[in-house]
Amino acid sequence: MALLQSINPLLSAGWQRDAHEWRLENDTGWHLKDYEARGGYQSLRKILAAKMSPDDVIAEVKKSVLRGRGGAGFPTGLKWSFMPKAAPEKYIVCNTDEGEPGTFKDRDIQRFDPHAVIEGMIIAAYAVGAGRGYNYIHGEIYELYQRFEQALDEARAAGLIGQNILGSGLNFELFAHQGWGAYICGEETGLLESIEGKKGQPRYKPPFPANVGLYGKPTTINNTETFASIPYILRDGGDAFLNLGKPNNGGTKLFSVSGHVNRPGNFEVPMGTPFPKLLEMAGGMRGGRKLKAVIPGGSSAPVLPADIIMDCTLDYDSIAKAGSMFGSGAVIVMDETVCMVQALERLSWFYYEESCGQCTPCREGTGWLYKVIHRIEHGLGRPEDLDLLSDVSTNIMGRTICALGDAAALPVLSFTKHFRSEFEYHIEHKKCLVPRDVQKAGSTFHTRLMAGTAC
Amino acid sequence: MMLSEATLKKIDREVAKYPADQKQSAVMAALIFAQDEKGWLAHETIASVAQYLDMPEMAVFEVASFYNMYDLHPVGKYKLTVCTNLPCALSGGVHAADYLKKKLGIDFNETTPDGKFTLKEGECMGACGDAPVMLVNNKHMRCFMAPEEIDLLLEECK
Ligand SMILES: Cc1cc2nc3c(=O)[nH]c(=O)nc-3n(C[C@H](O)[C@H](O)[C@H](O)COP(=O)(O)O)c2cc1C
Ligand code: SF4
Ligand code: FES
Repeated sequence: MALLQSINPLLSAGWQRDAHEWRLENDTGWHLKDYEARGGYQSLRKILAAKMSPDDVIAEVKKSVLRGRGGAGFPTGLKWSFMPKAAPEKYIVCNTDEGEPGTFKDRDIQRFDPHAVIEGMIIAAYAVGAGRGYNYIHGEIYELYQRFEQALDEARAAGLIGQNILGSGLNFELFAHQGWGAYICGEETGLLESIEGKKGQPRYKPPFPANVGLYGKPTTINNTETFASIPYILRDGGDAFLNLGKPNNGGTKLFSVSGHVNRPGNFEVPMGTPFPKLLEMAGGMRGGRKLKAVIPGGSSAPVLPADIIMDCTLDYDSIAKAGSMFGSGAVIVMDETVCMVQALERLSWFYYEESCGQCTPCREGTGWLYKVIHRIEHGLGRPEDLDLLSDVSTNIMGRTICALGDAAALPVLSFTKHFRSEFEYHIEHKKCLVPRDVQKAGSTFHTRLMAGTAC
Repeated sequence: MMLSEATLKKIDREVAKYPADQKQSAVMAALIFAQDEKGWLAHETIASVAQYLDMPEMAVFEVASFYNMYDLHPVGKYKLTVCTNLPCALSGGVHAADYLKKKLGIDFNETTPDGKFTLKEGECMGACGDAPVMLVNNKHMRCFMAPEEIDLLLEECK
């Protein structure tokens, strides 16, 4: 999927725009020479030539108010400043595990701008004093893992990574690590376990990775998009980045828009853009149907009904005020053909399937949630089931090692809160409020198949 | 069941990515290469990986069973994994899977009698804007899989 609007010259300017051109072999513009032609690696060169101090680099990132793009929105500069200065062995890790349903921005970054990630990681390594780094790339995009390795070769050959980078005396080795199908490895400590060659089961926190990370050493871990935002900040300044967005919500952000819109895809827009504007950029509602609900920040974020989301702007503060989460910036759009019970059933299956099983409330709770929603969807729901769902959800929340537990509970609580009548109708009448053929009309595939037309 | 020289060479390249005392970090990649070579991960294959990386067999088995894309049982020549998670389902993911089931005459987790195709249900592949999406033998992603595209794909799979 291509990007359909771009602002940041160092992140998305070279991206291909044809939404349906998905074949990787036709891609151009991701190579080192193309990235350099767009102004790539100038930030790194500037830092090294001017002998800018690591503290000044961190100060610039703090000024930009860049907040982690992986979901939690933690200020990046602050995270970097937690790294102990004296430690002899430190690591930089990039999180390209991208498995949160609805999120597909990091894939496009890896596809069209792998060098922006590399440059961001080198700058981060310089800032925190790390000598080695890994980019953890999820298994489903094996072809882009290969591309990243090619990009690393290019950077190595150009003296941008390795020993004595650009003659500055800086040493930094960078490698790609391949994931192989486990959503939980997106959780940062699960990811570190996975690089260590184990099951990707999250660790207790504290200690945080900044103190005890990869191989027990201090580690900074950031999302792909976070690293890819760094070159611009160091080239044009923290203020320039901040001013692209709004106070407390610096910069532009990639939004992955999926579901019932005419043009699903990634859109780079300033933080604080009104939601209706993004919907319009995505071509509006498919088939001109009515918007029913939006999950604004990846499947773990609470769902919002149409009237609430239409009044939101796309930034951490506005979405939080509306009762949801900005998350990864994955906007899942649902129209009136969606049965909310069925939608929730599918999400609950996902969390049940992906729970790593360490904590009893999560392992057992996700199973219960799925079982109860499944029976409601299949006409076997009981009047007490809605209370049971909220009981199980609240019993998971806050009682687990990692945030997957909460991520499984929040959709259940929000779906049953905002669309309670649909769940009640299901339980009482043993069927969907939204008739089956109406539901089918919402699927592009099905409409095409019925019309018998080629695309 | 020994691994081939070519596979071992690939594993060596992975081992070199990690600090000298952290060979175990290459286990995920080693299992991927072993699966490429053998088609699936039999017990003996897992044991050879363990031996090569100086790891306890159980530790390698734990990794092989934790991650979804390892096959601990034989699969068809072509393993097709279709994403049916919600964002894809909104744009035809489930219907694409239904279409495949009907065409191949098998359900999820089944293999056609001629051993050619295995069908799997997948979770989000980070490509929801391109729905329906599917993976062919883990390593190749296909996008916008409308019926005619699925027909083409099946023809390509010789
Ligand atoms: C279950 C779960 C899955 C996650 N998946 C991802 C992911 O795929 N990619 C990602 O960058 N962060 C993911 N995170 C968040 C990471 O734990 C971590 O906060 C993030 O990588 C930090 O980078 P950032 O500060 O740049 O956002 C996940 C968290 C949880 C609890
Ligand atoms: S909350 Fe769930 S996924 Fe997270 S560590 Fe516990 S069992 Fe594993
Ligand atoms: S939901 Fe199918 S790729 Fe994300």
